[in-house]
Amino acid sequence: MEHPGPALDNPPAAAPVDATEHWRRFAPDLPADKVMFSELVPGGGHWSYRLPRGTTLRITALDAGANLSLVLYSAQEKLERYNMPDSLKAQHTAHYTRGHVLMSDMGRAMASITSDTLGWHDPLGLLLDNRLMHEKYGSHPYQENRNGMIRSGRDGLLIEIGKYGLAKRDLVAPVNFFSKVTVDAEGRFRYVPDHARAGDHVDLRLDMDVLVAFSAAPHPLNPAPIYPANKVGLAVWRSGPAQGDDYCRRFRPENARALHNTDMLYLT
Amino acid sequence: MTATAIRIQESALAPEAAVLDHTLPAGEPYLLAIDKGQTLRIVDLEGNQAVDVIFYNRDDGAEHYSATETLLRQGGIYLTTGSVLYSDDGNPMLTLVADTCGRHDTLGGACAAESNTVRYALQKKFMHSCRDNYLTALQHADIGLGKRDLVPNINFFMNVPVTESGDLSFADGVSAPGKYVELRAEMNLWMLVSNCPQLNNPCNAYNPTPARFLLWNPQ
Repeated sequence: MEHPGPALDNPPAAAPVDATEHWRRFAPDLPADKVMFSELVPGGGHWSYRLPRGTTLRITALDAGANLSLVLYSAQEKLERYNMPDSLKAQHTAHYTRGHVLMSDMGRAMASITSDTLGWHDPLGLLLDNRLMHEKYGSHPYQENRNGMIRSGRDGLLIEIGKYGLAKRDLVAPVNFFSKVTVDAEGRFRYVPDHARAGDHVDLRLDMDVLVAFSAAPHPLNPAPIYPANKVGLAVWRSGPAQGDDYCRRFRPENARALHNTDMLYLT
Repeated sequence: MTATAIRIQESALAPEAAVLDHTLPAGEPYLLAIDKGQTLRIVDLEGNQAVDVIFYNRDDGAEHYSATETLLRQGGIYLTTGSVLYSDDGNPMLTLVADTCGRHDTLGGACAAESNTVRYALQKKFMHSCRDNYLTALQHADIGLGKRDLVPNINFFMNVPVTESGDLSFADGVSAPGKYVELRAEMNLWMLVSNCPQLNNPCNAYNPTPARFLLWNPQ
């Protein structure tokens, strides 16, 4: 799928807001009156948003083998943040798919996976750092590479959370959307290649007001010898918060209680 | 990368030569300064007690034990003899030099009043928990660490296998009375401990028990 290169022309003065409706290409099934905005994230790109409860982040792999490392913080109390162990043990799972809930360290649902074409997203939190990136891919400094410079997932996330006053000690273990890592009987990781296809997508509903930060840097166990700069498409749409008969709420009793705990923040 | 299969290794260190010998009652917090080069032993006195531990660089509290960095570098999820615990900055913090239990959990995290409401029932919120223990120790010590520093911890003596199909299970313990793990400090450390007070989980037979900590200076 084509996406704009790094040297875009500036928009003309007569139409100065270059807010392209990217979602019409990679998420055309979304209801047009509900879509708020969309984004094309180049491989290795990173960004963050403040998103309100009741919106859903549609994440689409635009290239096979894409990876999106994503972290969540409560927008109202940044000390409350996504917690990998709490989420995994509450749901007795080591993978995420439709029905699963990403929980905070305060026992609340932060986000829920309401649809998924893939069946497995990696929650084990491994993150590409600079040491491993240089070992695997060599050095690609800006001076020689300009926008071909590569960035680690950890640096991308540190930049993003830094925009809200959060420091490296605040960086939590991310969810790696579109990646699959299994664990054998002796505890060893096995990265599953060729997992995500172009077009695979997942809907992540925000159950509370959140800061969401992400990096599209490759998964650290991806064996590709060249930094895989796989693109990801994002679209944010108004889905409304979880209703009483919500699939994720009914998926497990733990999820019902986590969503209840979040609902308690929004009593009016 | 080291495989993470069980590797049993006994220690030659004598308890009478230890510079510290502390028995931590069930359910209690503990904060201990450990110097680079010292060796720490944690003993599961009565078997299958979860000892929830986080390590921090005592010279830079912003640097903490990182489960994900540790797992990435060893290529797997369990800790045993030979495992190196890495910080979020990728520096070695401790090395497991002996282990008679053979497997320790890195993914299960620490219980909290809030997560108890999710896992068990809303009305469990007033029961005691590891994260309350952590906060008690950190609030009293006032060493610049707080809730933001309560990162995913190690559960010594716990067995939390991940299946090939992607489930997380809480298996029967592999520990037993007297089993221990020994770690050599590779930097000056704070060790933050909660001797887990969880009463809702069969992994400790609903019976939290004491743990013993010994510390030796470099030989």
